[in-house]
Amino acid sequence: MSETVTALGGAHYAGYATITEQPARGMITLRGNLAEVAVKNAATGVAGVDMPDLRECHIVDQRGIAWMSPDELLVMVPHPEVASAVSTIQQTLSGLHSLVVDVSDARALFRIEGSGAREVLAKLCPVDLSPAAFGPGQIRRTRLGHVSAAFWMVDDSAFELVCFRSVAQYAFDLLKTAAEPGGEVGVF
Amino acid sequence: MLILTCPYCGVSGEETEFHGGGEAHLKRFGPGASEADFESYLFHRENPKGVHFERWRHVNGCGKWFIAARDTATLQVFGTYPAQTTEPPQEIRDKITAARPGWRWRDFA
Repeated sequence: MSETVTALGGAHYAGYATITEQPARGMITLRGNLAEVAVKNAATGVAGVDMPDLRECHIVDQRGIAWMSPDELLVMVPHPEVASAVSTIQQTLSGLHSLVVDVSDARALFRIEGSGAREVLAKLCPVDLSPAAFGPGQIRRTRLGHVSAAFWMVDDSAFELVCFRSVAQYAFDLLKTAAEPGGEVGVF
Repeated sequence: MLILTCPYCGVSGEETEFHGGGEAHLKRFGPGASEADFESYLFHRENPKGVHFERWRHVNGCGKWFIAARDTATLQVFGTYPAQTTEPPQEIRDKITAARPGWRWRDFA
């Protein structure tokens, strides 16, 4: 198998928050009736985390499940496992109306870390990012500058953010500019 | 600025997270319809100063279509509801009546 190359080759920037493009992660879009037991089992079976509820994201290291819409989940597994995970899910869901697609190569994944991480995202997204309104365990799909993105918190001071691979450079540049030293606002 | 609440994912977001999709509750007239009906389906739109019903899509979020009832002059949002309906739910009509007694929009009141 050919070597996986990420959009920006692991680009990194250290400002008052650090922005790092993450290595490839296996990402699978799973669409179907989320109330169906088989769909829940299929997702939790390969991800090994609990089924998320509305606007939740459960993630442990590389594995996780994010609630994307009322009929869509994003299932995350380590990149080398993605092909086997897709076939496992497809087998579990055979006969059920569902869609399972490997979207790993369609995405770019960033980590935004540090005490200023909330502020960097708050500059770019029309979202209330105060600790009272948003914390670990939640996911928010929104607008990052001019492009769509989704993010969740892996702990109290680190976010993971996904966007389309085609806009990875734009997203990185936005985050980088927002994290430049001297740009601190100090709201949170 | 409009603050809309997506009835599918419950997110309250400002309007740039959404995308407007024109007037809601249009009745489709297709093949076999009269010329006048087809013309009105294609071209005739309400342009009210006041209560209005619009389709919106949560384009940067869950991607679902919904309908918003709002006032075009004050930007007050009376409510949002899923798009799988041909007329506004009673609950939304009640909220509009509370704020704008005697309102009328096409055949709804």
